[in-house]
Amino acid sequence: MSGAGGPMSPAGDPMSGAGGPVGAAQDPANSDTVLVRKGAYHDSVTLMRISGALTALPGVAAAMVAMGTELNLGILRDLGFSVPAADPGDLLIAVRAHDPGAAVEEAERLLSSVRPPDGGSAEQPPLTTGSAARGGADLVLVSTPGEHAFAEAQDAVRAGLPVMIFSDGVPVAQERLLKELAESTDVLVMGPDCGTAVIGGVGLGFANVLSPGPVGVVAASGTGAQQVTSLLDWAGTGVSHVLGVGGRDLSAEVGGLSTLRALRMLDDDPATELIVLVSKPPSPGVAAAVREAVGRLRTPVVPALLPETDLTEAAERALRTLGRPVPEWPSWPAWSGRQTRAKTIKGVYSGGTLGAEAATVAGQGEFVDYGDDAYTRGRAHPMIDPTLRVEALAQAHESELVLMDVVLGHGADPDPAASLAHAVARTPATVVIALVGTEGDPQDLHRQAAAFREAGAAVFTSNAQAARHARSLL
Amino acid sequence: MNLLSAHPSAGPRVITVGAGLLDEALRAQAVQTVPVSWRPPLPGTADALARVLADPRRQAANELAVSRLTSARPHLVGVRRAAEILPEGTFLHAGPPITWERASGPLRGALIGAMLLEELAGDERDAARKLAAGEVELRPCHEHATVGPMAGVVSPSMWVFEVRDEEHGGTAYCSLNEGLGKVLRYGAYGSEVLERLRWMDAVLGPALKATLERTGPVDLRSLIAQALQMGDELHNRNRAATSLLLRELAPAVVEAAPGDAAAVLRFVNGNDHFFLNPAMAAAKVSTDAARDVPGSSLVVAMARNGTDFGVQLSGLGGRWFTGPAGVPDGLYLGTYGPGDANPDIGDSTITETSGLGGFAMAASPAIVRFVGGEVSDAVRATRSMYEITLAEHPAYQIPGLGFRGTPVGIDVTLVARTGLLPVVNTGIAGRVAGTGQVGAGLVRPPVEAFTAALAALAEQAAE
Repeated sequence: MSGAGGPMSPAGDPMSGAGGPVGAAQDPANSDTVLVRKGAYHDSVTLMRISGALTALPGVAAAMVAMGTELNLGILRDLGFSVPAADPGDLLIAVRAHDPGAAVEEAERLLSSVRPPDGGSAEQPPLTTGSAARGGADLVLVSTPGEHAFAEAQDAVRAGLPVMIFSDGVPVAQERLLKELAESTDVLVMGPDCGTAVIGGVGLGFANVLSPGPVGVVAASGTGAQQVTSLLDWAGTGVSHVLGVGGRDLSAEVGGLSTLRALRMLDDDPATELIVLVSKPPSPGVAAAVREAVGRLRTPVVPALLPETDLTEAAERALRTLGRPVPEWPSWPAWSGRQTRAKTIKGVYSGGTLGAEAATVAGQGEFVDYGDDAYTRGRAHPMIDPTLRVEALAQAHESELVLMDVVLGHGADPDPAASLAHAVARTPATVVIALVGTEGDPQDLHRQAAAFREAGAAVFTSNAQAARHARSLL
Repeated sequence: MNLLSAHPSAGPRVITVGAGLLDEALRAQAVQTVPVSWRPPLPGTADALARVLADPRRQAANELAVSRLTSARPHLVGVRRAAEILPEGTFLHAGPPITWERASGPLRGALIGAMLLEELAGDERDAARKLAAGEVELRPCHEHATVGPMAGVVSPSMWVFEVRDEEHGGTAYCSLNEGLGKVLRYGAYGSEVLERLRWMDAVLGPALKATLERTGPVDLRSLIAQALQMGDELHNRNRAATSLLLRELAPAVVEAAPGDAAAVLRFVNGNDHFFLNPAMAAAKVSTDAARDVPGSSLVVAMARNGTDFGVQLSGLGGRWFTGPAGVPDGLYLGTYGPGDANPDIGDSTITETSGLGGFAMAASPAIVRFVGGEVSDAVRATRSMYEITLAEHPAYQIPGLGFRGTPVGIDVTLVARTGLLPVVNTGIAGRVAGTGQVGAGLVRPPVEAFTAALAALAEQAAE
């Protein structure tokens, strides 16, 4: 299976399309059609969905609808298509099928059904963030390919609008420039590579549905923040805001500018009674600045330094600081009957922080972060596209224990159990799942938990507990 | 700190740019979104864009440059014989620098006509030979504070409008308009053409000079603002502005040149494009005010010589960045067709550079059929230009857009980011020297002129 999907930020260039299985090229009943549409741009996620729909059609051996980037042209070539000249701004429609004409027609239908960006109004849509900002706005969410994110984010900051940069691959020098500029216009820059944020109840990026409450979160890690806030939500404690700052914010180069600003903002926010600061190891100078800033805040701060503090522990400390009881974190043991023969742990993660935490807690095993660039090149983030993890489950051995995360919320796979539970049921390996989400999430957490449990997995809402359980089974 | 506290009851409005999925996730939460119709920048510009956008001078430089452009107050202060402003032995021409060898038919025709007018050659062949031998130096109008429509040829015995920017003190010149059809600027040089030019030298020029001495400076900023509200876009339609100018000047013409007044007024009245040339000088003096701001990515000139389309940026002095001039797409006079058309020519794109012409199409529903299209096309053209410009003109407004200011101040970084090229209205000259005008329409500037300018700006970007 070649990597012929379109990556979804925050990992890699999000411009490409999905492909079908390779190897069907030999079927003599198939023929190829490749079309180039000059200047017809669609984002990769939209195109991936269309590619996926085409590939699922009967009689279609391979289909790829994607922008003409070098990467995508390379994938097309690998798939055995003869590749026409195309620019990254051109749309490619490539189909290998018994009746390619019909598949192309379906591609056209799907493309034309994509909602026009202007919502169908007579007004012409803005072409840049700066143009859109002239109409007034409260916030900007940037998820272009990383190399182009700076221009849009700079427009936002210049317009005095806070910006969340979901895109990754933004050079650190540009991050520094944006955050310096934000100092002068007094706005918050979240990210780059900021996977989640919740502002006044609005979830941005991959975001769980959280009830309003007293805890404000400043987080360098998207899935780290998702774990902490999901657990708090279980404990009946909501959040005021979740502010992502990007994984490099506390580096010497960036100097913690967004962390310091986010802390001040939450300190000034009347709804925030407690701040949880989820950070990766900071550079020493920045750590001192953050400690000093924290010392000046009126609002108490619970620091959670990864990986020393596990995320569950951070949520529990927050609850204790608020004087609230710490509940049992829900879990659903595996249906008994399957005796585990597992000897080693195989970590199959979509969240980098969650994977790192699990590896630390389990203290053994081999962990793969499928959200890493290496795996999202040419395909969507594993929180959206389960393909690679389904494959990993299929390849797992009965001597292995697969420890994996399933992250729910807006932006994520609308029904992860639909594909993954089936793979869990079929794998000979023992499976332990950390299910990160809330009861309010659109995927229906209880239904997801039940499906995974029915498929034979043990399911935990605490990733740390899942990892401990995994270790105990060996 | 407004982010966390100031949520109106309607909830936040979020601009989304990039993956549609994330926009959908917001709309699933009933959040109002403003999706940007984003696409990757022009091929090959990503690195230069990153460097130019990171230049710490750019923002302030552009603000300064565009504020100078939009605050200019051009006034028509007089007319002069070009001999007073031309260096010895020099003819001016439209567009970026060009040699006789590379000159297209209409430019050659106009240069031949100028040789004959100045009596520097006995006939057409003699003129062509002397021009080829370099006996006259050819320089761009733009280098001499001048602009010229179409071939833009200015020779010593032609007259030019003198326009002064009362705000910043600059001066710009533009030739007097000869009318339509067989005229020098379209490359015609027959006897009727030369006779008209001689009359303009002997009668029209002196009469206008005396007239303007009586009227004093005419406020062109105000006149252009009024004309926009009367259906002109000041490039392909100048009927309202010409009428307004005529009304302004007529009594003084009668007083200043009683013997020639009827002929002068008839000539001006007979040419709907008479005001194009003062409009161009007004545009030139305004864009010149925006020149030479280090780090600015503002376009201060777009001009064509019939072979190349050239662009200049505020931050890059007098350097030209060129690409091949395209053949306009439009309507043709009589039996002429696209095969008769010369590639794009003229300095009149200075109107678009200053927020008029194609940029103000929405003000001029009457011309859309002339350039081939519907009224909605005109509105769309103007609206799209807001995407690549830095400001809305405070005085030049479009009634049909709720008196919104015209889009003004092309930013080359926005051209690269959006892939949108300036909309240019233009006349179409005949390919063969001596033909004259064959039509009018719209032309697409070559993208490489803009990408080359951006690349050069990147080389000079401050860290």
